[in-house]
Amino acid sequence: MSAVVSAARPVERDAVRIRARRRERVIRWSFFAAFLVVTIAIMLPVIIIVLTAFKPVSEVNAYPPTLLPTTWTLDNFATIFSDLPFLRLIGNSVVFAGGVTVFALAFDSLAAYALARLDFRGNRVLLVVIIASLMIPFQATLIPIYQLVSDLGWVNTFLGLIVPRAADAFGIFFLRQFFVSLPRDLDNAARIDGASEWRIFRSIVLPNAVPALLTLAIFTFVNNWNDLLWPLVFTTDSEMGTITSGLTLLTGPGGIIPQGVMMAGSLIAVLPLAVMFLLVQRRFIESVASTGLK
Amino acid sequence: MTTTTSRPGRRYRPPAQLGGRGPVGATFRRRLTIVGFLAPALVILGVFVGWPMVSALRLSFTDASGFGQEKWVGLDNYVRVFTDSDIVRSIGNTALYAVLFTPVAIVVALVLALLINSPRLPFRGFFRTTLFLPFIVSLAVAAFAWSYLLDPQIGLLNYWLQALGVRIGNVLQDPVLAMPTVVLVAVWKSFGFYMVIFLAGLQEIPTSLYEAAQLDGATGWKRFTNVTFPMLGNTMAFVGIVALIAALQAFDQIYVLTGGGPYRSTQTIVMEIYSSGFKDLELGFASALSYVLLIATLLLSLVQFLFFGRRAESAS
Repeated sequence: MSAVVSAARPVERDAVRIRARRRERVIRWSFFAAFLVVTIAIMLPVIIIVLTAFKPVSEVNAYPPTLLPTTWTLDNFATIFSDLPFLRLIGNSVVFAGGVTVFALAFDSLAAYALARLDFRGNRVLLVVIIASLMIPFQATLIPIYQLVSDLGWVNTFLGLIVPRAADAFGIFFLRQFFVSLPRDLDNAARIDGASEWRIFRSIVLPNAVPALLTLAIFTFVNNWNDLLWPLVFTTDSEMGTITSGLTLLTGPGGIIPQGVMMAGSLIAVLPLAVMFLLVQRRFIESVASTGLK
Repeated sequence: MTTTTSRPGRRYRPPAQLGGRGPVGATFRRRLTIVGFLAPALVILGVFVGWPMVSALRLSFTDASGFGQEKWVGLDNYVRVFTDSDIVRSIGNTALYAVLFTPVAIVVALVLALLINSPRLPFRGFFRTTLFLPFIVSLAVAAFAWSYLLDPQIGLLNYWLQALGVRIGNVLQDPVLAMPTVVLVAVWKSFGFYMVIFLAGLQEIPTSLYEAAQLDGATGWKRFTNVTFPMLGNTMAFVGIVALIAALQAFDQIYVLTGGGPYRSTQTIVMEIYSSGFKDLELGFASALSYVLLIATLLLSLVQFLFFGRRAESAS
């Protein structure tokens, strides 16, 4: 193609090039516009959550429905804090999701280190067993776990919510995949210098695995923060519920909580995750894409 | 998935400092170290995954209710799973959900991944981030928003569709439309995650293949069918099985949107486990249901494993 262009006279050549570039630009921006429309359509439920949270009751239930509030109000936020033990629910969510994340990360990384870097008999068998256990739907073990937790007297306690999830097969597998890919020369050099495994784990492997740890932390936190069935089962006392289960219990079948209040609650529930995600999204998406998950 | 493979032939035996077998004392200390690293996770997994699996199996042969004496009832619970018409219907609903969800989720995720991957699209990072956002919204919260959008009286989506001349009515109370709606919400929530995995798969296709295709005169659709699609085989299989397993375990949005109704049209296995186990306290029966779900999941994973294995063989 370039041969054809350069064979033409200079003026004509410029005209061809300009036309091609202009056409390319038109294609690019119409592509962009079309994709933007699709994205906005996909985001409609999120947009609705945000906008409805700021609508007064009269507008929330108005016909014809509108997208934007005509008067913006914070009433819904006030209502959710006065009608529900909402601060308590937020606190519960933080302790539950945060607790699970801290313990699971600590225990998973220790086990992953042993599976990735220590040579011992049964290493591969153990790895296969752990991967196989990933396929067990947690619903299948929910009832015996409930009985166990209830025998321990842990129903309606943070122990009951957190301890059964303090380690998980997915996290071990995910971190192991990452640890395996770290160069062995570093820790072998340290070993020859007489460093203990704990020391190597703490000062060499962990600092190099920050992206993977961060990814797993967000994953674990988001999953537990958003989880519905688990807190629904392990807390019968509404004071011990999480944001997700608290909001759901209130609406339930035939719930009479106004939608605006629900949306305000939902917005508060999503906000910490959204902020966290936006702060680390680049690393997060790349890490999901490139570590272990394929 | 990168797994280390042991080298063929004679095994390299590292010296003691490098994790090999040194003097007896060293071996003992080494074992202690290994146990120390593994113990916390293995104890938790053993107590809260391993033991419950065994326990669920035992419970499934009893009439356990959480109170009083449990009686051994043999296969009664399993017989009921496959004869009680309500339960059979729930199994059918789960299958229907999976059949609707899996292909739709894959196609949506793949199409969006292909579009985002196009170098012609400005602000790709923005779209990637935005389209991933539904994934962090909880399914329960997303379900609220959807039920509001779809409300027959005050729902914005309903209103807009009516303006376009489409009357969908009260989809969540419609025995035929309730299931597709529940699936739609699930697809909306999860496509972002599958999309990211597809993006990774796309980026691993060597550009030389596209250059070669271009030299052969292949463009657009041809490039997709002859290069992209075959090269995405493994990613596709992975996303497929992950989506299928997720579909079998659907709960949150059904609980919030329809509660299993109308007329049990969205009642699935996990909804059934929840209601029989934690509402009706039929722990034995719920455990049998759980084992049916477990076996279905394992069988599907096995199919996928064989598929993967064959692909890997034919590729090498």
